[in-house]
Amino acid sequence: MTILTFTLILLAGAYLAGLVGSLTGLGGGVVVIPLLTLVFHVDIRYAIGAALLASIANSSGAASAYVKEGITNIRLGMFLEIATTIGAVGGAVIAVYTPTNTIAILFGAILLFSAAMTIRKKNQEASTEGSPLSYKLKLNSSYPTKDGEVSYKLKNVGAGFSIMALAGVLSGLLGIGSGALKVLAMDSTMHIPFKVSTTTSNFMIGVTAAASAVVYLQRGYMDAGIAFPVMLGVLGGAFTGSKLLTRMDPKVLKYIFCIAITFVAAEMIFNGYNHKF
Amino acid sequence: MKKVINKSFLADADIDKIIGLQLRYGVVIASLIVLIGGISYLVQQGQGAIPPYHTFLGETAGYTTFSQIAKGIGAGQAKGIVQVGVVVLIATPILRIAFSLVGFILEKDRLYIIITAIVLSVMLFSIFGGLKI
Repeated sequence: MTILTFTLILLAGAYLAGLVGSLTGLGGGVVVIPLLTLVFHVDIRYAIGAALLASIANSSGAASAYVKEGITNIRLGMFLEIATTIGAVGGAVIAVYTPTNTIAILFGAILLFSAAMTIRKKNQEASTEGSPLSYKLKLNSSYPTKDGEVSYKLKNVGAGFSIMALAGVLSGLLGIGSGALKVLAMDSTMHIPFKVSTTTSNFMIGVTAAASAVVYLQRGYMDAGIAFPVMLGVLGGAFTGSKLLTRMDPKVLKYIFCIAITFVAAEMIFNGYNHKF
Repeated sequence: MKKVINKSFLADADIDKIIGLQLRYGVVIASLIVLIGGISYLVQQGQGAIPPYHTFLGETAGYTTFSQIAKGIGAGQAKGIVQVGVVVLIATPILRIAFSLVGFILEKDRLYIIITAIVLSVMLFSIFGGLKI
């Protein structure tokens, strides 16, 4: 196979990964890593480097729209980024000393968890009572809905902050946005309405991914030949996905993809266990 | 009093708008550079065989520092151009933090000036600290 053929196939694959990632809400980066390692037999470290870039591109592209609409809680995002960036840099440092098979197994486990998270019940309720810390840090805010501005208040800020640090470590270690953990911290722990937690998580993913991407770039994880088709393909796929989402409700599609992702995750774990990475 | 509230709200909305635009342009510019670099890469090496991606070369592959990337472009290597796009992309969210910092300074929100400065320091530490333990 020539470089040209490889690039075109990878571009098409990355486009599909971006599309699936966007329709399921998993994120293109998560889907592209198994594609690169299981199908193209690319070293998982190159896959992680390319996926991180795709995550930054997706997050920044999508966040630009949400920030303007005023749904994203920028103060909350900034406060939690202390936890995710420190975690991400730590994760990227640990990654060097972690065997690739262990990383593959961990990745599979997170993939299973993320798939389960996307089909769970979502928090629509806005809390009317916040914890003392939420007032001190000025985290309580409001967001626009069909029925006007809805204000919400935050609970368990400390616990949410800790989960964010863990999300950061995993993001740095595995090269993914770990959006599922971020939403878990905000949605289930801090009781933030789903729409706010999703967009704020998306807003944070770019910064979290950039924190570890800097370390990975210096370590040679980012190969131009892989990064180029993956970044453009995933970005294109995610863009198509976001356009499709406004016109259809991909509920059935979501279940099908989540089951498919479960098999992929199982294969990652299986191959990692058998030292195939 | 009412006027003051309005003014700070306006500044807040403006900064949000600037951040939104900055993020969008960052991604668009990075993608264009990567696209140009990628096409040149295919023109230069498209007919060659795929490099052995199943083995990880790490830093020996080059393009991991600013000077190596600059040298690559000087030598007319397309991979250097792609890597510039990669650097622009990584810089986009980092620049966003800097814009947020300016926003909080304009709002005179001391608590969030400190919080944003901490996040920015972590990023700068990650860039210049090297972390090659």
